[in-house]
Amino acid sequence: MNKKIIYEIKSLYRDDFRVWGYEFGEGEKSVCIVGPMRGNEVQQLYTCSQLTRRLKVMEEKGRIKKGHKILVVPSVNPYSMNIQKRFWPTDNTDINRMFPGYDEGETTQRIAAGVFDEIKDYKYGIQFASFYMPGTFMPHVRMMKAGMENVELAKKFGMPYVVLRNTRPYDTTTLNYNWQIWETNAFSLYTTTTSSVDKASAFQAIQSILTFLSKEGIVEYYGHDGYISMVVEDTDMVSVRTKKSGIFESKVIVGQEVNKGQILAEIIDPYEGEVIDTLTSPVDGSVFFKHSDPLTYASTAVFKLIVQAH
Amino acid sequence: MVKTVASVGLPVDEVLEIRKNRYCPENETKDCKRISIVTGIHGDELEGQFVCYEVGRRMKEHPELLTGIVDIYPAMNPLGIDSITRGIPAFDLDMNRLFPGNKEGDMTEYVASKIIADLEGSDVCVDIHASNIYLTEIPQIRINKLHKEKLIPLARELNIDFIWVHEANTVLESTLAHSMNSRGVPTLVVEMGVGMRITKTYGYQLVDGIFHLMHEMGIWQGETQPVRKPILSEDPEDVSFLNATHGGIFVPSVKHWEVLKKGDLVGNIIDPLRGGILDEIVSPVDGILFTIREYPVVDEGSLIGRLLRKEVYDR
Repeated sequence: MNKKIIYEIKSLYRDDFRVWGYEFGEGEKSVCIVGPMRGNEVQQLYTCSQLTRRLKVMEEKGRIKKGHKILVVPSVNPYSMNIQKRFWPTDNTDINRMFPGYDEGETTQRIAAGVFDEIKDYKYGIQFASFYMPGTFMPHVRMMKAGMENVELAKKFGMPYVVLRNTRPYDTTTLNYNWQIWETNAFSLYTTTTSSVDKASAFQAIQSILTFLSKEGIVEYYGHDGYISMVVEDTDMVSVRTKKSGIFESKVIVGQEVNKGQILAEIIDPYEGEVIDTLTSPVDGSVFFKHSDPLTYASTAVFKLIVQAH
Repeated sequence: MVKTVASVGLPVDEVLEIRKNRYCPENETKDCKRISIVTGIHGDELEGQFVCYEVGRRMKEHPELLTGIVDIYPAMNPLGIDSITRGIPAFDLDMNRLFPGNKEGDMTEYVASKIIADLEGSDVCVDIHASNIYLTEIPQIRINKLHKEKLIPLARELNIDFIWVHEANTVLESTLAHSMNSRGVPTLVVEMGVGMRITKTYGYQLVDGIFHLMHEMGIWQGETQPVRKPILSEDPEDVSFLNATHGGIFVPSVKHWEVLKKGDLVGNIIDPLRGGILDEIVSPVDGILFTIREYPVVDEGSLIGRLLRKEVYDR
């Protein structure tokens, strides 16, 4: 293992801002794994740290195949993590909206440029991502339809789902999109949580990555192959929205199979305690995403369901 | 007449309402032109608040001079304005990256779609921004290259100092201005002053420009002031950017909108702990400083200012 600083800036009163890279193996730039870019992505940090621990042991045992280099970047944004703020401390910009970056630009543009310069030539790029809404997910690999996506490759992770989604204007400045433009096969891995640690989900993600690396001939790994992934288009999922704002009380868990008409959640009047809205499943399916905050706004997609195939 | 454009119940008791005030002429006809003045998409940008007030005040003083419809939307993001938050609180989303919205979408998308629907039918829309809390801007209009033919002539009527035509950018497709311009409503984005503050001189300058434009459109029959001739820049090379080379405290040595020679000192980045100067920021070209850093704390890379090259304003 070779630990090196891949980007660094000095601060007036804080310790230097450093982005570290952990290299395993030697040879062609095979895979780069990137952890949190936002200050609240604790699950992503934990997952990366456990992956690093695992790769260290595998390297010692000679299980990283010759001619392959793996780079793990455990956090692109330690400054925000240390003050528990999602975006950049001073100007609230999002590093994952700054790619490919600009080395003579503003601070987060420079960070994006400096980091991207180190990670852009890898064959595969894997990012531990998070969603802007508070909630829990079924673990999945997400791919943007930027023209380079390869669904068959994504299935090799053995995650329960591979989700495809259309690009939106803001996507063009994300790491995933720019990796693809620079001809890296890019995947975003979603585990269940963001700001809390779910160990089981983290280890499932690590197993998925090692399975993928093994199938691509980068490591020797003899774990479980995982799932035969189901491929889902984001647009095919059914959103269940609240009609009223109030206290959100879920009746189901992520991954649970639900029947058409089954009660998914109730919205409670915050002053009088009465049920003011009952959300039912419009389809037979399974819960892919569930809102996790106790309060919710009206019109919020608090569930995303995958429709059961008949 | 105050109308509600969008309304959403919040979790605990409160209702979020986006409101506008419509000023109609005494003798409204079907052919009346309509201008919409929009501000407050970013909750920390307050320069437009004074503009909305002053436009309303002058119209109320002489309602007989109004011959068109004026819609004033002072607070597109009321929760942000009230909580000194740039984006939409709770969602941490930039509202100006949500347009055109979706009426079937979540609260933020729904509100964005209702705003777009309400603005449709305007003959001109003016979207007033106030930079951010870090930078002070000279009154200017920013125009996407895609819409420049239609917008430059209108921008010239608004009594601003500078028209900046920028390259098309995919990310900016989700702004209010892009959505409205794509729908055929000419929408001018004004940037002036600084976040969290009101600069009355800039406010009066823009209000004079709005009345001048309204006069040109046949919405206002009162006398208006002659407008300034703005500097026009269409070439990215016209503008030089000054960025901090060190994290520290920036102390300016020049004033905003000052003409500088290459090598002139713009300001110092100082180190209060050690009593030293970390960097001297000097002008890389002969030019005029149209953006200057307002917020003293800088990181490496923070924008200190923007200069318009001498050749451009000499033209």
